[in-house]
Amino acid sequence: MIIGLPHYLVVSGILLALGLFTISTRRNAVAMLMGVELILNAGILNLVAFSRFNPNPVGGQVFGIFGIVLAASEAVVALAIVLQLYRAFRSVDASESAEMKE
Amino acid sequence: MVYATNSTLLTWLIFTPVLGIGAILALLALRPVAKFSQEMIDQASRAIGLTATIIASLLGIVLWRGFDGGSTGLQFVHHFVWIRDFNIEFFVGVDGLSISMVILTVFVFLAAMIASLPWFGKLDDHHPHFSKKRVPGYMILFLLLETGVLGTFCAQDFFLFYVFWELMLLPMYFLIGIWGAPTRTESDGRVRGGPYAAIKFFLYTLAGSVVMLLALIAVYYTSGPSKLIDGTVTAHTFNIVNLIEMSRAGVFAAAAPILGMQFTKVIFVALFLGFSIKVPMFPFHTWLPDAHVDAPTPISVILAGILLKTGMYGILRFNMQFLPDVLTWAAVAIGVLGVINIMYGAFVCLAQKDLKKLIAYSSVSHMGFCLLGLAALTPQGLSGCVFQMVSHGVISPMLFLVAGVIYDRAHTRDIEGFGGLATHVPEYAAMTGLAFMASLGLPGLAGFVGEVLVWIGGFGSTDTTFRWLVVVAIPAVILTAGYYLWTMQRMFLGSFKEKWSHIWDLTWRERMTLYPLAIVTVILGFWPAPVFDLVNTTLFHLLSIVKGGV
Amino acid sequence: MKLIHFSGLFLIPLFPLIGAFYAGAFGLKIHRRFGEKAIHFPTVILPWCSFVVAVAAVIRLATSGHETALVQHLWQWLHFESLDADLAFQMDRLSAVMVLVVTFVGSLIHVYSIGYMHDDPSYWRFFSYLNLFMFSMLTLVLADNFLLMFVGWEGVGLCSYLLISFWYTDVEKAKAGMKAFVVNRIGDAGFSLGLFLVFWGLFGVWTHGEINAATHHETAAVEAESHDGEHGGALSVTSVKFREVERILHDPARREAFTSQHWGGVSLVTLACILLFVGATGKSAQIPLYVWLPDAMAGPTPVSALIHAATMVTAGVYMVARLHFLFALSPVAMSVVATTGAATALFAATIGLFQYDIKKVLAYSTVSQLGFMFVAVGVGAYWVGIFHLMTHAFFKACLFLGSGSVIMGCHHEQDMRKMGGLRKLMPITAITYLLSCCAIAGFPFFSGFFSKDEILWKAFTTGNLAFNTQGFWLWMIAAVAALCTSFYMFRSYYMTFSGEYRGGHAAHGHDGHDDHDAHDAHGHSGAPHESPVTMTAVLSVLAFMAVVGGYIGLPHLWHMPNFFEAWLEPIFEHTEHALHWAHKPLSLEWGLMAFSIVVAFTGFFAARWLYRNNTNPIPGKLVNTDNKLIRGVHQFVFRKYMVDEAYQVAIIDNTIYTAKGLSWFDKWIVDGIVNLCGLIGRTMGMIQGFIDRVFVDGLVNLVAEAILFGGRHLRKVQTGRIQSYVYALVGGALAVVVFMYAIT
Repeated sequence: MIIGLPHYLVVSGILLALGLFTISTRRNAVAMLMGVELILNAGILNLVAFSRFNPNPVGGQVFGIFGIVLAASEAVVALAIVLQLYRAFRSVDASESAEMKE
Repeated sequence: MVYATNSTLLTWLIFTPVLGIGAILALLALRPVAKFSQEMIDQASRAIGLTATIIASLLGIVLWRGFDGGSTGLQFVHHFVWIRDFNIEFFVGVDGLSISMVILTVFVFLAAMIASLPWFGKLDDHHPHFSKKRVPGYMILFLLLETGVLGTFCAQDFFLFYVFWELMLLPMYFLIGIWGAPTRTESDGRVRGGPYAAIKFFLYTLAGSVVMLLALIAVYYTSGPSKLIDGTVTAHTFNIVNLIEMSRAGVFAAAAPILGMQFTKVIFVALFLGFSIKVPMFPFHTWLPDAHVDAPTPISVILAGILLKTGMYGILRFNMQFLPDVLTWAAVAIGVLGVINIMYGAFVCLAQKDLKKLIAYSSVSHMGFCLLGLAALTPQGLSGCVFQMVSHGVISPMLFLVAGVIYDRAHTRDIEGFGGLATHVPEYAAMTGLAFMASLGLPGLAGFVGEVLVWIGGFGSTDTTFRWLVVVAIPAVILTAGYYLWTMQRMFLGSFKEKWSHIWDLTWRERMTLYPLAIVTVILGFWPAPVFDLVNTTLFHLLSIVKGGV
Repeated sequence: MKLIHFSGLFLIPLFPLIGAFYAGAFGLKIHRRFGEKAIHFPTVILPWCSFVVAVAAVIRLATSGHETALVQHLWQWLHFESLDADLAFQMDRLSAVMVLVVTFVGSLIHVYSIGYMHDDPSYWRFFSYLNLFMFSMLTLVLADNFLLMFVGWEGVGLCSYLLISFWYTDVEKAKAGMKAFVVNRIGDAGFSLGLFLVFWGLFGVWTHGEINAATHHETAAVEAESHDGEHGGALSVTSVKFREVERILHDPARREAFTSQHWGGVSLVTLACILLFVGATGKSAQIPLYVWLPDAMAGPTPVSALIHAATMVTAGVYMVARLHFLFALSPVAMSVVATTGAATALFAATIGLFQYDIKKVLAYSTVSQLGFMFVAVGVGAYWVGIFHLMTHAFFKACLFLGSGSVIMGCHHEQDMRKMGGLRKLMPITAITYLLSCCAIAGFPFFSGFFSKDEILWKAFTTGNLAFNTQGFWLWMIAAVAALCTSFYMFRSYYMTFSGEYRGGHAAHGHDGHDDHDAHDAHGHSGAPHESPVTMTAVLSVLAFMAVVGGYIGLPHLWHMPNFFEAWLEPIFEHTEHALHWAHKPLSLEWGLMAFSIVVAFTGFFAARWLYRNNTNPIPGKLVNTDNKLIRGVHQFVFRKYMVDEAYQVAIIDNTIYTAKGLSWFDKWIVDGIVNLCGLIGRTMGMIQGFIDRVFVDGLVNLVAEAILFGGRHLRKVQTGRIQSYVYALVGGALAVVVFMYAIT
């Protein structure tokens, strides 16, 4: 079986679905962050996959690496926020920190 | 251009009051730092105000000593480019006409300043007195007013003139509105008071100024090419000296008509309207009684003594010097208006019950003499016109000061309410009597000289209409005697009313203002030469221009 | 005329001015601190100093030739272009007479006032005013031009005002003063107009209006030359100097140019003279402006004597005499002057017949005598007018001061019905009064006889009036007036001095001068008493003058030297040539003189018969008669022909109505329009404000409101719950997908 583009896309879709599922079901901010990572990776996978089947492959892969770096830095910022959130509310439950809500 | 004297003296004179303002502002700014008490600030402001006016007076004397009355040109000229983009220059200088007004101004302001101080004598502590209210503000506005007036008389650049002209308005508005009488409802249901009077004065004068501004702009754009003082060639000019020369060269007479009327006539009427409101001329005079009645005493003094003269000065400077041809066209009309002023003012005086209002209407009557004297276009009439400006500038302050004296004590100016005061306050009665006599034109006092010259000048006019005008106006001397003596009788003669037993005679503050004015009145009555020496050369030169002789 | 510089001339008016200033400025304090002496010594001595200087000046004048005048030029006053009014004095022979009369009688009255005003709280003020009056009067007579004369002219009016209302706490007296001033001002207005007419008329081309500039400059040069007393050279174009005007009018061409002008159809010179005469009627109390003088009696009696009898009121006569060169040019104006004088003489004399107030009698007598003087100057007999002016100054001052003495003796009672019998109590006053009565009535060999008889004769023979027979009628009227004069003067004498004293204590409370009660301290508990020596001495001097004063002007008929006419001849001689006198036989002149003596005695005997000792019942019956006609006439005359009332209705009320009307007009129409403009402005502002608020601003606010509304509702979407955002995101993505499918 030749592994074609659809396979990659399906895997990517599954990752997206899992990420979405994680975000929507978990209240723990760290867990939600993991879900976000999953979605991000789904996107990167897409980029890489499309680049593989593109006659001019470099752009997609560069974007992929760019995305990975972004994901890492994003995770750093996000974890820092979570840490601050924890300090402020003594919890990492995202729904509890709804003070800005009207 | 070469002038008789170049000097920065005038600039110093004009802006001396501004230095005083700076000092007061510095004082206020230092207040949080130095922890001055309110009382200290007030007293210091008064001292600064007094000092500034005294210095201005001294500079005025220096100016007077240095002035050459035999020359017709401008003297003490200070001239530099101010706003280059619009060809506006700072150009001040005095001729005989200006300097007489400048000297009058500094001394009347000094008198008014002394009258604004609560020093040198008793004040009724049970009633609020304007001299104790927001003193720094009062002093700042007062000094600003002085600068405005002096600038108006000295400016030789039309735009600069307009700036100073408008500068007079603003302080006056606040001085009447804030330090004047509070709002009250009169017996006939009309609401009057300082704020009303201030707004009326401001809007009325501004209305005139707007027309004047339009004329100013029209004149500017009609004027021909000229040079600034530094030699820059310009397309148009605001320089009054140049404008007058252009006018004599026929630049404006040849300009395109406005709405079918000759350009110069339109300009003449517009300028005259602006100035005649200040004079004030019937029927534009009704701001005057209100403003006078509700202004505090020193402001009434300035209003009557000086501000009315700015209107007449403007007419002489612009309507006469700038547009001489049109003046001969309008002379009869101006003469008629002058006579209406004289007679109407005198009649209305006769019916007044408020002392200040009476004096205000007498100003209307007496300023009518100026108009008549000017319109007659004779040497005597013109000289009488300017002498009347000076004498009225000395006498009407006296009148308002005596009105202020009684108001400070009795808190009413109702003539009918007094009676027999002469025994109780003899010095005050004597001073009032002298002021009244001077105002009614008793020979030997200053008022007579101006009046009689106007009569003689009017009678000798080449236009026979003026003879009839004099005949029509001469009963005013009877009416004037009538209303002053009647007032004298109602206030001072007859049996003394005991309810006024608490009032006191003149204090030193009042003496310091009244006596110098009284002395000047007597001296000018017998020896008017100081005024004539200053103004006559200039005036006769002007007249010869109007008559087309030179 | 030769001009001689006399540097002491200014001292004559200056001395009293110093006194006026001294007493006026410092008098109150000096009076309180040092008493009356410190006031009256300087202020009485100073007029005497003037008198001394005046005498010196007159001696200088008399010894320096025939046609001379002393002049002194102080400084330029209103002096530019053709106007040449300077502060300059001139004493010619006419002024000299006036100055001597004024300083002599005036100084005497100052002395008299020491006694009369004693203990008055305003003693200082009185002397200040009196000195100021002397200053003004001397300025008037010494002025060398119209305008300076006008200074004195109005100055005496002012002093008259101040002195009439001297006891101002009485509002009636204050009003009398005001009336005097205002009425005088009416005259002054006329005087001014006359002056202008003369001044401009002298241009000679007045009606054409164009003033020749060339002549103009020429004049200026001439004037510069003639400054230092030089008299000669070219004539001025015009002038306000008396001597210049006279010189111009002597030039035939210039006189012709002046007299040929007309204004409004009337000859210019006539118009000018009549207007100048209007001034004289105001100052000298002639018809129609005489009304102030009787009221002026409200002033202290020395004032009435000095101002309202001897000096100020004669200023009009002096003025006409001074301007004889003008008046002589216009027979019509002369007729007006003479006729007015005669009419006033008779009119006032008839009112005087019925008055009871001793001062009112004298006041109307003064008006009447002034009428005589105007008859004299009006018919062209200028020196006679001045002669009568002088004799009148003596005897009328004496009469007034006598009445003052009586009034003071009777504790400020002025009603003659409450006097009587004072001859025994006040002998000196009585004798001096009697002598003066004889003088005014025209008894032979008293001063009044010479002057009055001369007036009558001159009126009879004049040929200078507009109508030929006018002189005769003037003579008739004047003779009747003289009869009345004799009658009422002796009536006043007999009512006051003969019979028994009718006053007593009952009358005591009658007087109204509360501030004057102090005088009663001198009274011998109610009985009248003779006055102090300062007063009686003055009375004696004046009575002496009243008797002998006429001897300097004896009639030609007696072949006696007439010093007075000779003295004034240089002044009037040029005009005399223009005047005409009818040549009547000597017998007629004798006859007329006898007639006037008869007239004087008739009046005297009538008064004696009716009023002597208050025994004749006829006067009482007359007053209380039931006959309506007599009663009506009496009342009408007694109330002064209702002239005051008529003036009140015709002039004063109308003036006040006009004033009130114009004031209303000013307040509601002129100012109303201004306020209406303001109101319109405000209304416009309000309407625009409404539009602005509701529509313009409404639209802007609507946008804002809409955004706010949307925001308020959209805000609910922002829950802060990440899950719901994710649902929305997914839902949105799905929706996009579905949408994409749908459109493809």
